[in-house]
Amino acid sequence: MNTNNKMINNIKSKYSIYFVLIALFLFCWMANKNFVSVGNLQNISTQISVGTILAFGQTILIISGMLDLSSASVLALAGVLSISAYTSTGSLTISFLVAILVGVGCNILNGLMITKYKTPPFIATLAMMAMARGAALLYTNGQNIYQIGKYVKFGQGEILGIPTPVIFLVATLIITWYLLRHTVFGRSIYAIGGNEEAANASGIHVNRIKMRAFIINGILVGIAGVLFMSRVNGGMPNGAIGYEFKALTAAVIGGTSFTGGIGTASGTLAGAFIVGFLDNIMVLVGVNSYLQQIVRGAIIALAVMYDIWAKTKKRKH
Amino acid sequence: MKNTDIKLRVSGIDKSFPGVKALNQVNFAVRKGTVHVLCGENGAGKSTLMKVINGIHRPDTGEILIDEKPVEIKNPIQARSLGISMIFQELNYMPEMTIEESLFVGNWPRDKYKKIDWKEIRKRTKELLQKENLNYDPETRLKDLTVSDIQMLEILKAISYNSDIIIMDEPTSAITNKEVEVLFSKINEIKERGACIIYISHKMDEIFRIADEITVFRDGSVVDSRPIDQYDLETVISQMVGRKLENNFPKETIEIGKEILKVKGMTQKGKFENVSFHVKEGEIIGFAGLMGAGRTEVMRCLFGLDSYEAGEIHIKNEKVKIKNVKSSIDKKMVMLSEDRRRFGIIPVRSIRENVSLASLNKFIYKGWLHQKEENKAIAEFCQKMNVKAPDYETRIESLSGGNQQKVILAKWMVTNPDILIVDEPTRGIDVGAKYEIYKLMSELAKQKKALVMVSSELPELIGMCDRIYVMAKGKITGMLTRGEFTQESIMAFATGTKSQKEVN
Repeated sequence: MNTNNKMINNIKSKYSIYFVLIALFLFCWMANKNFVSVGNLQNISTQISVGTILAFGQTILIISGMLDLSSASVLALAGVLSISAYTSTGSLTISFLVAILVGVGCNILNGLMITKYKTPPFIATLAMMAMARGAALLYTNGQNIYQIGKYVKFGQGEILGIPTPVIFLVATLIITWYLLRHTVFGRSIYAIGGNEEAANASGIHVNRIKMRAFIINGILVGIAGVLFMSRVNGGMPNGAIGYEFKALTAAVIGGTSFTGGIGTASGTLAGAFIVGFLDNIMVLVGVNSYLQQIVRGAIIALAVMYDIWAKTKKRKH
Repeated sequence: MKNTDIKLRVSGIDKSFPGVKALNQVNFAVRKGTVHVLCGENGAGKSTLMKVINGIHRPDTGEILIDEKPVEIKNPIQARSLGISMIFQELNYMPEMTIEESLFVGNWPRDKYKKIDWKEIRKRTKELLQKENLNYDPETRLKDLTVSDIQMLEILKAISYNSDIIIMDEPTSAITNKEVEVLFSKINEIKERGACIIYISHKMDEIFRIADEITVFRDGSVVDSRPIDQYDLETVISQMVGRKLENNFPKETIEIGKEILKVKGMTQKGKFENVSFHVKEGEIIGFAGLMGAGRTEVMRCLFGLDSYEAGEIHIKNEKVKIKNVKSSIDKKMVMLSEDRRRFGIIPVRSIRENVSLASLNKFIYKGWLHQKEENKAIAEFCQKMNVKAPDYETRIESLSGGNQQKVILAKWMVTNPDILIVDEPTRGIDVGAKYEIYKLMSELAKQKKALVMVSSELPELIGMCDRIYVMAKGKITGMLTRGEFTQESIMAFATGTKSQKEVN
């Protein structure tokens, strides 16, 4: 076994996702010269922002061996309640806080079901997915809330020429990166996902950390809720359907392992951009929209197969 | 011994696993209508041989003969068709299965359309349960039964095949005394039927009650094989442990200081009771005993992994409450677990992250990870532990067992403990790594730390410890101090044939 080769292999498998991203970028550029323009790239970044913010939450949860199927539904509930708070108080601050509170509240319930009552995360968040969506529809009586006034600033504003969703995207990226890399919480998350019993036997309070992971996920879902509703110009109780899968896709393509213990914020961002580039180029070159779905599905399958193949190959060395 | 017909014979069996020679030229024979007991320490090769006979492992060389005709046994299903059935030491059962499903799994009666005949299964299950006076609904799920009921069902299942050769690997380790009597009367029925039993046990009293012949194993080879009337307890024990103690333990004479840990009357229902012991600065104490004696359970409670019903823990003359692992680490007491894969390593993470896991606050403070300090500390402890790895970012799963163990030890060293509990610290690791771990233990004792070693390997206990507590069936049965250690004296306490009145 050659150590040098091994190191190159290590780098290859560790950074493979970024190579894929760069290759895809170059491919898109060649396929359509309109792809690389400040306007289009800004457009892609804005479009992926909501899904990617959800994906950061998923990344934290998947690393620790869990997941959240309810994020898009909770997003909708947080969004409509936030807009309702805005229309009745006129305060952007209060409406923003309401979204965060709703996101955190629902996720505390997720966390309790999982830690205290030992419900599998898949089932617990599946239940929350139905409940939160139902609550959003019940509250609005199934009607969209229009005329949201200044609320559009959250998702359609600009600061120094940068769209606000991109600013939120960068801010949540930095927070997620910081949490995973520079905190005891982050290290604990990786340990729990890697081997829960060993983490416990090393003095980590497993349930406490899992609760915190859900609370952070809740904050991210709340932010995503505000952005989404603001971008679509209204409180839509049926909005963002399927976004939880967009988020899971970005995380998984970005190298977050469903067996737990592996994943990074930057990987997830790369995963989100890969999906974003693909979606964008398919529209630019006019691919049939049904075919687009097939391509998106195939990408997930390939990403996961590659992930497992790379891992088993590494273990054989 | 009138019946001299040989039913099963193995001859010249060799079996190697990566790095270990598990069986070395094993020969032995079982006669019809007899109980043949296999004795030997853990890891002597008994279970491996039984798995060879049952078709789970294939031998490297040698042959198996049934009725003096060579047979090839490729898998347990084939073994069963040759009239061999086996009761395993470790219960492997599917908790969601019902009693009737589990009794016939792999052996379902079929109707004429090849469909599983559930009516027949129900009928036969009821008959069997009735015959054995077991008041269970055939639809009861196994998870709702006690471990001893499940073990009993396993035994009945193995017997119900009407096999000619029944292998029982420590069948009584999980059943109650009353059930042991039931088992023994079953064994007599089986003998009368002319079938034979291969019986593995550590419990000497049992062995001498039911054996017709005994074969003693040591280090993968047969030491001796004789009829029961030519054996006595002392001979069996001395043959079991027989090897000469080599002087390969770096034990140093250290002045023993103040008492640092004292455990009084600790009890966990069903696992162990009234366990009391103490350890002083610079002292290494050992815990000897057979599998299931309750040693690991005591240590798990002490370390805060499980809870206990009664008892007190004193650290440095102060009564402490250990609620969880964190509080134990805070009290400077740490434990190296017996099951490295399950409780030790985070396989997909790096050596660095594994080592710093129990002392993250040392490197993460003021809201930031101080990676340079972390790298420095990890390098220092890994070098001290002589961890062999390309770099400290390597995933721990790619290291050998010995190196993984050294990494986990390094993890605990970073916490700077006063008390180090090591549970089977050298299980499954090579000789070189073993020696390094012993050396480290001596080194720590010299630094006035207290060590508690649980081990099933008597030579290492005898070689390293200042005192040895012996446990049997959940109780401390004896305590020996250095100078009084012999394998025979420890085994006498461990098998429950001897016990001291008061142990402190």
